[in-house]
Amino acid sequence: MRFATLIPLLTALLLVPLAASAAPGDALTIPAAVQIQPAELAAILKAGNAPPILQVGFSVLYQQAHIPDARYAGPGNKDDGLLNLKSHVDVLPRDKLVVIYCGCCPWEKCPNIAAAYKQMMAMGFTKVKVLYLANNFGADWVDKGYPVTRGG
Amino acid sequence: MSRVLAAMFTLLLGLPPALAATAPVKAPDKLKVGDLAPQFSRDDLQGHHFDLRAQRGKVVLIDFWASWCPPCIVEIPHLGQLQKQYGGSGFQAVGVSMDDSADTTKETMRKIPFNYPVVLGDAKFGNLYGGVLGLPLQFLVGADGKILAIWSGELPTTALDKGIAAALKTIGPG
Repeated sequence: MRFATLIPLLTALLLVPLAASAAPGDALTIPAAVQIQPAELAAILKAGNAPPILQVGFSVLYQQAHIPDARYAGPGNKDDGLLNLKSHVDVLPRDKLVVIYCGCCPWEKCPNIAAAYKQMMAMGFTKVKVLYLANNFGADWVDKGYPVTRGG
Repeated sequence: MSRVLAAMFTLLLGLPPALAATAPVKAPDKLKVGDLAPQFSRDDLQGHHFDLRAQRGKVVLIDFWASWCPPCIVEIPHLGQLQKQYGGSGFQAVGVSMDDSADTTKETMRKIPFNYPVVLGDAKFGNLYGGVLGLPLQFLVGADGKILAIWSGELPTTALDKGIAAALKTIGPG
């Protein structure tokens, strides 16, 4: 296979339109059925069956603490973040379980999570789970004693 | 050739060959009321230097915020009002921006006037304060440098006002 034949494919990948950005408050539109509670995800991690997990919030928060093995995708309220999210998950089968989370702010005020969810839907993922963090990552994950890793 | 192409794809899409093995770690100890507020000293984004230690004798509100945090932005004008009202009575607000870049913070500061210093935070700063893993987050520090109150999440402005007014009473009139 010649590299030249891949150019149109690579170009198409980069030009796939990003999902429309979401505004704070849009998290309330994320269906309850796709939300996963912290205790439930923690149990999955404990069982050693961790799905791909992506943090779609801000770098400073990720560096301080994130779910072990969670990848940093970047903020869902920025085009760069959505593009980065896309690049992280594009090679995954669309029926694979993928978890996204933010936790920068109270759920209903989060500027990132709804846009990231919409992006995953637009890409055709059928088993996306969105970690429901009512207050923030610190209060609803770290303070509960669930596992974290630090650093970027 | 296919291996080369696969490697190029990996590079293009930012996907490492395997997930890095990362061992869970203990989160930094959370600060609590009565603890000494961790010292920090750094240049603010208005061109001055801010040293927490130099504020001893004043009531200080340390406001962790970020441009991306809607409830934080809502609170800023009120903090400015408090600074104006109580600044002459021994109150000092200081904002710690947890934006990923100073440029982002400066852009916000061009839109929203700040009458109190704003310094740029980072992960190290966050860990110093027990982990800033959600915003808004505020620490009220007494004249002796000890933490009087910690407010996390959205806060009714009346709670903030009462807390500051009560703290100022402990240091007496200006």
